[in-house]
Amino acid sequence: MYRSHVLICGGTGCTSSGSKNVRERLAEELKAKGLEEEIKIVQTGCFGLCALGPVMIVYPDGTFYSRVTPEDIPEIVEEHLLKGRIVTRLEYKEGAEITQPGTNVSLNDTTFYKSQLRVALRNCGVINPENIDEYIARDGYMALGKVLTEMKPEDVIQVLLDSGLRGRGGAGFPTGMKWKFARAYDNEQKYVCCNADEGDPGAFMDRSVLEGDPHVVLEAMTIAGYTIGANQGYIYVRAEYPIAVKRLQIAIKQAREYGLLGDNIMGTGFKFDIDLRLGAGAFVCGEETALMTSIEGNRGEPRPRPPFPAEKGLFQKPSILNNVETWANIPQIILKGAEWFASMGTEKSKGTKVFALGGKIKHTGLVEIPMGTPLRKVIEEIGGGIPNGKKFKAAQTGGPSGGCIPAEHFDIPIDYDNLISIGSMMGSGGLIVMDEDNCMVDIAKFFLKFTVDESCGKCTPCRIGTKRLLEMLEKITSGQGTLEDLDKMEELCYYIKANALCGLGQTAPNPVLSTLRYFRDEYVAHVVDKRCPAGVCKDLLKFTVDKEKCIGCGLCARNCPAGAITRTDYIAPGHKLASMEIDPAKCVKCGVCMGNCKFKAISKQ
Amino acid sequence: MKTLAELQAIRDRMKDNVTMRSGSGSIRAVVGMATCGIAAGARPVLSALVEEVSKLDLGEKVTVTQTGCIGLCRYEPIVEVYEADKEKVTYVKMTAEKARRVAEEHLKGGKVVTEYTIGAAEK
Repeated sequence: MYRSHVLICGGTGCTSSGSKNVRERLAEELKAKGLEEEIKIVQTGCFGLCALGPVMIVYPDGTFYSRVTPEDIPEIVEEHLLKGRIVTRLEYKEGAEITQPGTNVSLNDTTFYKSQLRVALRNCGVINPENIDEYIARDGYMALGKVLTEMKPEDVIQVLLDSGLRGRGGAGFPTGMKWKFARAYDNEQKYVCCNADEGDPGAFMDRSVLEGDPHVVLEAMTIAGYTIGANQGYIYVRAEYPIAVKRLQIAIKQAREYGLLGDNIMGTGFKFDIDLRLGAGAFVCGEETALMTSIEGNRGEPRPRPPFPAEKGLFQKPSILNNVETWANIPQIILKGAEWFASMGTEKSKGTKVFALGGKIKHTGLVEIPMGTPLRKVIEEIGGGIPNGKKFKAAQTGGPSGGCIPAEHFDIPIDYDNLISIGSMMGSGGLIVMDEDNCMVDIAKFFLKFTVDESCGKCTPCRIGTKRLLEMLEKITSGQGTLEDLDKMEELCYYIKANALCGLGQTAPNPVLSTLRYFRDEYVAHVVDKRCPAGVCKDLLKFTVDKEKCIGCGLCARNCPAGAITRTDYIAPGHKLASMEIDPAKCVKCGVCMGNCKFKAISKQ
Repeated sequence: MKTLAELQAIRDRMKDNVTMRSGSGSIRAVVGMATCGIAAGARPVLSALVEEVSKLDLGEKVTVTQTGCIGLCRYEPIVEVYEADKEKVTYVKMTAEKARRVAEEHLKGGKVVTEYTIGAAEK
């Protein structure tokens, strides 16, 4: 019996900020102090507060330490683990107050966690993902037991339909319907697939679930196998997620040892197994038909639907494909019931949603909120607001397939239908925050560049259409655009949306359309005034020296990589040296001079 | 191959292990573990409490934790028991034996072991 558990995050975020060294140092230190029998070190998945990693939490008191370095470990062991004195300088307690004497702040009271509701992430940061017993201790595989012993496949489908669960991959199709269709097709061989090909720039929800709670995906897929009548499952996961892949392999091995995958699951005679397929990192393979084509061993290209995968999917057999986060909800729904799940969220969007917060925000990380939470709360409260006192300009949801939510919709409750109504979409959960220093035309260009690179080339509207669209955007950001281009661009957007073969192409113009809708004035400024209001688009920038402020120290000229700055013969009143000036023909607009000037004499326009 | 019953057995066996991480129980037993406490023998007291709580299956109800110097160094080892809406109980000059009795009678049975409390010691 251990008297204390020290949980250290082993997710990708904290691993890259050095949590492995922290863990090793702690193990050494506990050994040196003879505490290894009393205190247990547990490596967990993501806690969510990635910006403050490596993070560590000490139970039973629940003290949360952030930005822990190996050098902090001796102090933590000596003070906290041995003497019970919290190392306050490392403690994270933003927004929380001590309410009960003799206790310290609870993690759940901090502003970051207070408004969150963890369903899909319930085990992330709580259990050791490489230990199946810890998953079982948190009611793991009990839902599968219940399904195999007490429920008929129709009952499972009914529970999912009643719960109102919709696909978390982005489109929001009701999960129960998908399973119902696949069950209805009569075939000896059917397949269950898991979409873990998370490709949106800045999104890491699925990765965190796989790293922190891999068994939940295995359990849910097995439930699906029983429900639709399949005996083989595939998890299609990106090869760029090495930690997730490793933990999935461990989890599959453990589940097979326990007979939770294999020929005779729990002695019920039901047979189901799961294999991994590693994706090479093509964005289009997140699209369901392309993903299945890739599993089959072919080049990852989409094909027309219908027939839908429920009828002819993987290897032309009836198949279902669900996203990692969707899977993570299912065992809980089986155990706690459809009503429990339907009690969370809004009328048409039930449950919770995981978001990966990124961009101009203080608490970069992973959050799970009930559907219907206002965007303002997510950004200002949970996310800690925008750093450096800047103003919120827009948030991008849905990555390259989504759109932006401007400040005028800051209070919108986040759910599937609300986001669609303002021209964005839920997407898989990337949420990128932008402030006044972001140029919206540049953002649209960024996402479009991504889709041009990732377009598989099978259909013309996507292959050529997105390329032409990008060229128009480049024309605008270089100051060559005309107002006519804006109208042409819009027309092309609608054409691509209507004619592209798969979801990638159909949604590719969304970032352009939504920025045009809400920030047309910025486009107009680029086209008419040849000016970038946010000061991002280099071709439209001009750096100038204010000759009255310049004291002539010459620091800018010494640091200019292009040799574009020279001395004039004008000496401003009160100064001893002649001021400097920038030759616009030589200037590469790197901004180094502006960063170096201590007198704020250089400005950009 | 594990049957459902076997899985449930694993769950029950492992539950104690993870309940510690679901936040604190309704009763908190806090052991003073500053230099003064350790010197007076607080470590065996803490170990005895942890063991006993686990043995009596009180894991979900009781959280055993440490604190720094309480300020009554001459009374160490000290164990304080906090329970919502009840007055704090302070046990002084504890030993492993006394800790086991407190676990049995107070933490499990709800009856304060008056003779070990600071009130009794100051008389």
